[in-house]
Amino acid sequence: MNLRLRLLALYPEQMNIYADRGNLLFLRRRCEWRGIGFELVRAGIGERFDPETADLIYIGGGQDRDQLLVAEDMRKTKREAIARAVEAETVLLAVCGGYQLLGHSYQLADRTVAGLGIADLETVRSNDARLIGNVAIELPASDRPADGARVLAGFENHGGRTRLGADAEPLGRVLRGHGNNGSDGFEGVRLKNLFGTYLHGPLLPKNAWFADYLIGLSLARQNGGKPLRPTPLDDRIEAAAHACARAAAGLDR
Amino acid sequence: MFVVRPSLARAIGAASRLSGRGGGTTLPGRILLGMAPDAIARLGAELDGPIVLISATNGKTTTAAMVAAALRAAGRPPIHNKAGSNMNRGIATALLEQRTAAPGGGGLFEVDEAWLRPVAAELVPDLIVLANLFRDQLDRYGELERLVDDWAKMLETRVQRGGDWSLVLNADDPLVSDLGRDADGAPRPGVVYFGVDDPSVSLAEPQHAHDAKHCRRCGAPYQYERFYMGHLGHYRCPDCDSARPRPSVAARRVELLGFDGSRVEVDSPAGPINFTLPLPGLYNVYNAVAASAALLQLGLGPAAIATSLEATAAVFGRVEEIQIEGRRVAILLIKNPIGASEVLRTLAQPAQPLELWIALNDKIADGRDISWVWDADFEPPAELILRVTCSGSRAPEMANRLKYAGWDPARIVVDDDLHGSFNRAVAAVEPGGRLFALPTYTALLELRTRLADRGLAKEYWA
Repeated sequence: MNLRLRLLALYPEQMNIYADRGNLLFLRRRCEWRGIGFELVRAGIGERFDPETADLIYIGGGQDRDQLLVAEDMRKTKREAIARAVEAETVLLAVCGGYQLLGHSYQLADRTVAGLGIADLETVRSNDARLIGNVAIELPASDRPADGARVLAGFENHGGRTRLGADAEPLGRVLRGHGNNGSDGFEGVRLKNLFGTYLHGPLLPKNAWFADYLIGLSLARQNGGKPLRPTPLDDRIEAAAHACARAAAGLDR
Repeated sequence: MFVVRPSLARAIGAASRLSGRGGGTTLPGRILLGMAPDAIARLGAELDGPIVLISATNGKTTTAAMVAAALRAAGRPPIHNKAGSNMNRGIATALLEQRTAAPGGGGLFEVDEAWLRPVAAELVPDLIVLANLFRDQLDRYGELERLVDDWAKMLETRVQRGGDWSLVLNADDPLVSDLGRDADGAPRPGVVYFGVDDPSVSLAEPQHAHDAKHCRRCGAPYQYERFYMGHLGHYRCPDCDSARPRPSVAARRVELLGFDGSRVEVDSPAGPINFTLPLPGLYNVYNAVAASAALLQLGLGPAAIATSLEATAAVFGRVEEIQIEGRRVAILLIKNPIGASEVLRTLAQPAQPLELWIALNDKIADGRDISWVWDADFEPPAELILRVTCSGSRAPEMANRLKYAGWDPARIVVDDDLHGSFNRAVAAVEPGGRLFALPTYTALLELRTRLADRGLAKEYWA
């Protein structure tokens, strides 16, 4: 079986502030090392895309000015395609600013910017300090691969406080750090195969197990509808990096 | 004569006693500011000679060292925070400890980007040099646009203070060059632009961490004719009249000679300034051109500037080379994506087998967030690596980055014992060979202190 992962990066020119390209590179290499075909497609300002051409969609975070530009453009040129992709259970990973944009709205200085409204959440400003630091979260049993991995470690840096609506599930529970708003103990959002999170660092290089989990979900359609279990790689360096990121967040000490 | 009020005199006395105990580049200043919060303004007002402030994300320590060396050679030694302590306490310490220096030299201070506005409000500079703004420590500085806004406010404040002063700006950095115009778009008086005008050293493709995408005036994406380093290059806005200003001090010809340095020919209103720079990489060419523009403003001539630049010595942790047990060890600070990318680009040219020691720390002064290593281009030397040791508090994550940059995992050693791993990396090099040591800021401080204890390097505040 010739597997091929088609990764669609949304606004890579604007939404890359926290080394988001590390996530893309990590997925590429881990596919290549396994002989899985890999194709990276970009969709930037003004560009439309066909949701059926992507197995995995990625969007990162940006600076305020870029994010404003992207919010407007996304509503105009990509909302329908993203909504259809999510409905069709395409994997979507949204980090930081990209995560905020999936909600109903977010606040930038004193204005409220409309988001895509695909995930039931909204993000508001706070006069309190930005939420910055190493962070670790635990995913629920439904998102744990067979080997039992359950912790994502990363770094968060956001001024906005995100609140989930009644219809939204969080991605995980905060073990260390702040999470969505620093008060309710939850982090990120989870909907069909949509994963939204504040964790960068970048996220996937710090959590190789999760990169493989997403690769497996993304290739389910090419695997008779069942998530694929990617063949193991020599992950000694990756495992040490994960342990280091967990320790930085204050776990396992 | 010093006219010092009793409260400041007491503060100076207390702080001086502490500074005599060796080593602090910030502690005396901290004591001083604690007892006399306006000490920078008051000591600055007593300076005899021009006050120069230099700020940038990358290169401020080296550029300031170049300017200071030329001024010293011209018999005008400035008070200078040469140890690179560039926040208010470091500047107060320099003012305190060097206040009895020869008169006439004025003050020369490199200033942290986020500290520039408050420091400029106290010191009332005669010359401000702004060289570049790159993505750096987002957990500390925030976004670049906010820093530029802050710098623009600083300039407005300086304008209101009046008097003769000038502003040296990098024409090739759109974030910086835009500061040469006021809020209404009118050119500010007293602005001198510098830049690079040699397409032979431009990049085939833009580097990854490329931040100045949109016109500061109208928001349209800039169009680039060429890139030199990060977002430095030749650009224009397609929708309004913003464009790279024509620099009057411009490197017309640049020949990069690998790690050994470069040959540079600079055009200036005072005539050509031609020199062989003993520091590697285009980033140091930019530093030298910025220093040239500043020195011309300070009244030095092309010949004096060229002679001084040719004698440039490496400053603390920036391309220092020391001898350890028959091996050469070159120390190159890495601290943010573009700076690190430039160091790695320089190491890969010319192609030569490389032995490296890289120390990634995540203390506050390094930035707690280490995601920047994924924004830096570690790819260029991948095929040249004989062996690399990863150390520092986030050593395994450095190793992970290198593996995905295409470095052979079999040649990567992970060893978080900073000093032990360094000694082992040195010992592993053949006698006569060279180790390149690439520490982040606090790893550099730790390393330097230990080397000084062994008598292998000077104390950094010496």
